[in-house]
Amino acid sequence: MRRSLILDVVVRLVFHSALLLGVFLLFTGHNRVGGGFVGGLVIGAAVALRYVAGGIDEVREALPVRPWTLLGAGMVTATMTALVPLLFGYQLMDHAKLDSDLGPFGVLHLNTALFFDVGVCLVVVGMVLLLLVAFGERLPLFGAPWKLRSGEDQ
Amino acid sequence: MIALLVLHAVVGLALVAGGRGLGRRCFGVAAVVPFVAFLWTALQTSDVFAGRIPVEQVDWVPRLGLSIDLRLDGFSLLFVLIVTGIGTLVMLYAGRYFSPDRAELHRLAGLLLVFTGAMLGIVVSGNLLFLFVAWEITSITSYLLIGWNDEDPKARASALQALLTTGAGGLAMLGGFVLIGQSAGTYDLLALAADPPTGTLVHVGLLLVLLGAFTKSAQFPFSAWLPGAMVAPTPVSAFLHSATMVEAGVYVIARFAPIFAVQGSWRPVVLTVGLVTMLTGGVRALRQHDLKRILAYGTISQLGFMVVLFGAGIPEATEAGVVLLFAHALFKAGLFLVVGVIDHEAHTRDIRALGRYGPGWAGPRLVAVVSAASMAGIPLMFGFIAKESAYTAWVHGEIFGSRVVLAGIVVGSVLTFAYTARLLLGAFRPGIPTEGLPEDPAVAIEAPPAPAVSFWLPAAVLGAVTLVLGVVPGLVSEFVEVATLSIDPSSEPTHLTLWHGFNAALVLSGVTVLLGVALTAAGPVVARFQQRLPRPLYGDVGYLGVIRGMNAVAKRTTGVVQSGSLPVYIGVILLTAVVVPGWALVQAPMPDLPPLTSGPGDWAAAALLVVGGIAAVVVRHRMAAVLCLGAVGYGMALVFVLQGAPDLALTQVCVDTIGAVIFVLVLRHLPTWFVERPTMTGRTFRLVVSALVGMFVFAFTIMAGYVRVDPSVSQAFLDRALSDGGGRNVVNVVLVDIRGFDTMGEITVLAVAAMGVYALARLSRRESRTERSFSPAPRRKPEREREESRP
Repeated sequence: MRRSLILDVVVRLVFHSALLLGVFLLFTGHNRVGGGFVGGLVIGAAVALRYVAGGIDEVREALPVRPWTLLGAGMVTATMTALVPLLFGYQLMDHAKLDSDLGPFGVLHLNTALFFDVGVCLVVVGMVLLLLVAFGERLPLFGAPWKLRSGEDQ
Repeated sequence: MIALLVLHAVVGLALVAGGRGLGRRCFGVAAVVPFVAFLWTALQTSDVFAGRIPVEQVDWVPRLGLSIDLRLDGFSLLFVLIVTGIGTLVMLYAGRYFSPDRAELHRLAGLLLVFTGAMLGIVVSGNLLFLFVAWEITSITSYLLIGWNDEDPKARASALQALLTTGAGGLAMLGGFVLIGQSAGTYDLLALAADPPTGTLVHVGLLLVLLGAFTKSAQFPFSAWLPGAMVAPTPVSAFLHSATMVEAGVYVIARFAPIFAVQGSWRPVVLTVGLVTMLTGGVRALRQHDLKRILAYGTISQLGFMVVLFGAGIPEATEAGVVLLFAHALFKAGLFLVVGVIDHEAHTRDIRALGRYGPGWAGPRLVAVVSAASMAGIPLMFGFIAKESAYTAWVHGEIFGSRVVLAGIVVGSVLTFAYTARLLLGAFRPGIPTEGLPEDPAVAIEAPPAPAVSFWLPAAVLGAVTLVLGVVPGLVSEFVEVATLSIDPSSEPTHLTLWHGFNAALVLSGVTVLLGVALTAAGPVVARFQQRLPRPLYGDVGYLGVIRGMNAVAKRTTGVVQSGSLPVYIGVILLTAVVVPGWALVQAPMPDLPPLTSGPGDWAAAALLVVGGIAAVVVRHRMAAVLCLGAVGYGMALVFVLQGAPDLALTQVCVDTIGAVIFVLVLRHLPTWFVERPTMTGRTFRLVVSALVGMFVFAFTIMAGYVRVDPSVSQAFLDRALSDGGGRNVVNVVLVDIRGFDTMGEITVLAVAAMGVYALARLSRRESRTERSFSPAPRRKPEREREESRP
């Protein structure tokens, strides 16, 4: 595959910043602009950028996880967050919060809703990845000549 | 009591789950449970007679008024003793009936136990809703037991027919219970009896309850499933389909009749259906050649008899019903067990083949004769007492139509006598004496070997009880009296005796026997007459018709609704979205229009949206159209920014970016240019639909924002986000906390949709690969070929 050097370099530079932005949006979401869904989308967009630059192999390298693992992990995290309060005698999906003063770093707001957001985020990233894998793998119909990876079923 | 029900369920399920290794001994284990229940119940007898009724209550779902109320009153006591007593005997019998190497016996034994527990639940429940739950469990276990031999398509079809019939009836009954319970404000049987609700709703509810009872007790026209159920092994038939489950419908009718008999059309419906069932069942029994089918139609007929007796709601008839229920359980189970013995030894149940027996058959034959005599109502048998009480009740009957009912049950009893004779003579005399046909040498069989005594002993126990109670009915008189009183407290039950003096009932009994003998003697004439009768509508036809009709309707509906055309689907969805809320829109008052813009930025956003939208429709290049759509998305994001919703804008931008990438991937599979050849009408239709949708969405957005009637929920969200949700970003607090459940559902949909898309993409790839390689089986090439093709 022909690769554009400029695009390649720029994407590699932007990729980690974008990941960081996604995680930031995820964590800050409860009090400022952001949230699990947007965070997941930003991370997904970053992954999509990698795809644009280097194809599906580049995506596999950047995120060496299988998409359904992410989907499953996200669903499990969200469901557990919803269910765990039941164990302690609270209602389904009740959230606990904790504010701790870290002195010069300000006040840390912790909220168990964060775990739910993490679950949402994982599901979104998993979905983007799954779509990329579903449609983005090198296709015979595309017409470009390529080699089969050894051992792959034809 | 609750412990007993749980014991049945637990041991039953344990046997199903892990009893495989026990083989035939499962039945030995299973017999212990109903026997324990029998003993415990027998120990309660003196308490119940003295009026100290054992009661247990457990709250189940208190908010729905759903509680497990168990009450062991006189009628329940009698029923529990019958169910557990016969249950124990049938288990012991089944232990000998099946060959030791037969597979899946643990499943049969376990299901029988679960069924027994559910049946006990029906008869001791004081709450309609719990009764319904137990009722459905009996339907399901009956289905599984009929279809136990799951390799036999006939067994599966019969099981399904039984389940569909009784299940549909069960649903109707639930509806009836709810109507009655809501009208009365209680689902408690005692409270209902104390203060019966009235009104049209209750009348409808009663009819629905009757529908359920009729299907369960195989009343006309829902009888067809019961003869079909005879494909089940004989112990199952003896237990479920003669002595217990089919009497559940009779039980419900018995409980309801004293309370509701005078209301609505209860009495005419019950009496008509019961009589018709009794007569048609009897007539059909006279046509059968299979011993079990004769018994099955006989059971239908007797169930009709019981429905007539219990359904009338007359104290005397109720008492006769209790006696008949008791007697019927004894003699019918006994007859089934003997038929099972014959079937087991002779390997046939056809009366054209049976008739020759070697030595050692005197015992089973005696049991059969005693039980059959009881069924036919011969004096000195318990069945005679039952029929005598029934005749007495209707001779004294004072309600409208008593004479017709009396005539009906006399004719029914004559038929009963005739089919009993057919059964007995058919089983123990060569040929078909009742039709005057000689033995058919083609099907006649060798004399079967003598059965072991322990095999027919359970049948003998039942036969002995029938005989003893027939001679000395006073032994169980108190049982019957207490049972009658607990069904209908206003009744004045009489003591059961063999000799009532010379009265009308005795004369009628004599007439019955004489006519029965005459009918049997005239067998050849009857047989010829029946040959000429057209095959009447007995429910088989009805059942098949309903099933076929439903399939046809389903097929046609699917054909219309699921046309498989994407434009049609989208057109329907969009038009529905326009028409349904659009109707409300037209009727709403016209609001004041909002200001056109709130600043110069709006113009830019609008220009981007309009140009992008028009371009997306007009361009012929697919990729260009996708990019235009992306422009529209970014235009929306701009609007969000201008309106002060940065998080929405952020989300919109991300979604559009990823969407564009995915679109590009998908477009690789599609032609570069739109190829469009719709007809003129098609094009017009599309234009009209899109114009409608566009105008509708525009109008709806304006209206929705400006015709608010109730205060907005947003304020509450804003107020509670920080205090309850602990977050300042209200949108996110709504997502993860206030409406977290919705988000849960959304991400589930997201995950499922993603997997669906993946599967579809893979599928289309496999198909395209097939096309490309022209090979019929593209999954895996032969080893050699693959070696060659590898570079």
